[in-house]
Amino acid sequence: MFKKILIANRGEIAVRVIRACHEMGIAAVAVYSEVDRAALHVRQADEACPIGAATASESYLNIPKILDAAKRSGVDAIHPGYGFLSENARFAQACADAGVKFIGPSAAAMEMMGSKTRARQAMERAGIALVPGTASGLESFAQAEQIAAKVGYPVMLKAAAGGGGKGMRLVHTPKELNPALESARSEAERAFGDDEVYMEKAIINPRHIEMQVLADEHGNAIYLGERECSIQRRHQKVLEESPAPIVDSEMRRKMGEAAVRVAKAAGYSNAGTVEFLMDEMENFFFLEMNTRLQVEHPVTELVTGIDLVHWQIRIAAGEKLPFVQNDIQIRGHAIECRIYAEDPDNNYFPSPGMISLLMEPSGPGIRLDSGVYEGWNVPTDYDPLLAKLIGYGSDRVQAIGRLRRALGEYFVGGIKNNISLFRRILHDPDFRAGNVDTGFLDTMLKKDSGQADTKLSAVAVIAAGMFVAMGATVSASDPANAASGSKNNSGKAASGWKGAARIEALRTNIGGNS
Amino acid sequence: MQLNARHHRLLTSCGYFYMKYNVKIGGKNYQLELGRDAARWSCRLDGLEVDVDAIPVQPAVLSLRVGHETYEVKCECTADHIQVWVRGECYAAEVRDPRSLRARTRAADHHGPRKLTAPMSGKIVRVLTREGCEVVAGAGVVVVEAMKMQNEIKSPKKGTVQKILVNEGTAVNAGDVLAIVE
Repeated sequence: MFKKILIANRGEIAVRVIRACHEMGIAAVAVYSEVDRAALHVRQADEACPIGAATASESYLNIPKILDAAKRSGVDAIHPGYGFLSENARFAQACADAGVKFIGPSAAAMEMMGSKTRARQAMERAGIALVPGTASGLESFAQAEQIAAKVGYPVMLKAAAGGGGKGMRLVHTPKELNPALESARSEAERAFGDDEVYMEKAIINPRHIEMQVLADEHGNAIYLGERECSIQRRHQKVLEESPAPIVDSEMRRKMGEAAVRVAKAAGYSNAGTVEFLMDEMENFFFLEMNTRLQVEHPVTELVTGIDLVHWQIRIAAGEKLPFVQNDIQIRGHAIECRIYAEDPDNNYFPSPGMISLLMEPSGPGIRLDSGVYEGWNVPTDYDPLLAKLIGYGSDRVQAIGRLRRALGEYFVGGIKNNISLFRRILHDPDFRAGNVDTGFLDTMLKKDSGQADTKLSAVAVIAAGMFVAMGATVSASDPANAASGSKNNSGKAASGWKGAARIEALRTNIGGNS
Repeated sequence: MQLNARHHRLLTSCGYFYMKYNVKIGGKNYQLELGRDAARWSCRLDGLEVDVDAIPVQPAVLSLRVGHETYEVKCECTADHIQVWVRGECYAAEVRDPRSLRARTRAADHHGPRKLTAPMSGKIVRVLTREGCEVVAGAGVVVVEAMKMQNEIKSPKKGTVQKILVNEGTAVNAGDVLAIVE
């Protein structure tokens, strides 16, 4: 087993991997950019190496700097987390060349899955159902027209090297095809330096369902159930759950076996995810394979009882999977909410800044994977994911109930965040009935968010007055506090509050004694 | 404990207080009267008595009891209003003290030097003018920050700034004289 692992990432996922290392008795080395010296992952690691400026290309995406940190700290392995270098085949190869184990699949498997057209060709050979369309790049407009006519409009044009919605065009009529093809090509060229574009039949508002796989380096592969990830905004997942409400055990077996075939066809090892699109007729089609740990991995961990990060490390260390497919049982239900620093009143625009107050939920069935703390200044340079709140229950209804309870306990002050969005989703009748597709969130956000409660407004009025009144009287009414207040006049704005709480406690005690 | 206007002066002078506020939330105006005697609060909302009890449990968090119902209320302050969170709902509130408004209007009519006082304890974060400068009625003179809320203290009249008694960074208590406008 490894003695020391470097985590080439930041935020909640770096903290998640550090926790796994510590649970396994492995030392964890953090890397950090200039703005992350005080970040939670640095505070929790055993060692930490600075790797440069805030800009990701200067630090978390910089292969030479990360390998240099690995060499200096003498680690056996590197965990890439998700995002940043996690799906970069060159990085995996560079690790291998430097004699450090990359915790993930081989560079060759990553490369195959990195190009959507190459992946489609391999999956076609392996007999996996693909969305009808082309398995290679479009050669000409005439060919595009011909294929579109064959699969039927609407069609989707996609960049082979694509991701994040770039180089993607939805085409409804033959007239739109030529301009869409040209603009998709030029966008793909600009974004990825590769103008290869292919075509698929467009599935309108599909469900997005993915299957977790785990494969060792000895040819064994299993699936760990699906995740329903249809709740998305701008192609970004917001809430995920496992199991998917629509998937029964028979469909799970079919999708799982297809996912394992995909993994085997790619010569895949370690944890990976096979994404499928499901149409209204409940047909599922291979979309792509993510060759890394997913953000939403905790829901699978909760319903299978398998710690994916522990197993990523054990597989990379050469261990064989000790369980077979029949050993895997799905128990209960888990739902994850991605808590982002973003402003719900301003079109969910990122809202970094200082967290002035943080109240975190806990209790039965609640898991919080957080990367922040009270007083931390969320930098503007990276993804605004603050934490993931995961609720577990013996069934979906209980999981929803626990999450709603936990959201009530959760408070992030000082920066805008999307906690209120999850209250709405979990309250929505369609969500509660399991009727979700990739159009769900846009539809829900167009609905009225409901009337203000007059009783709560009255409570807010009273509280607002009290906050002002207490701020106004604490130091003035109490000579002792006034004196200490002037001594610490460098103190923060909140110090008056601490004083107020102290005095209040004192008064209550005195009142109680008399 | 019942508080009325006659007690007011006495109570404030011995550390108790009685305050009247205009609170605006969601476009609606409310009249709020708050009194406090030791740990006990009294409250009237639009003239109706409300049974309340409040304990500050940590900075910016109030455990509030209205009748027997409990609320954990969080507070965030921005430059011009207070945001109050009740049961997951956020309310933006403007809180005004009508007495100080009246005082200001009255002062504006007067001749002679006027004192500018701190409306609440806090810290001077900015001095906006200098001694000897001309100011118009309503011009900002200093900015006091309390609970992260910045409050611009305005000149009550047109005139000359005779004296500024504070610097940036000075901690002030409610009622302290900040500046004098002649």
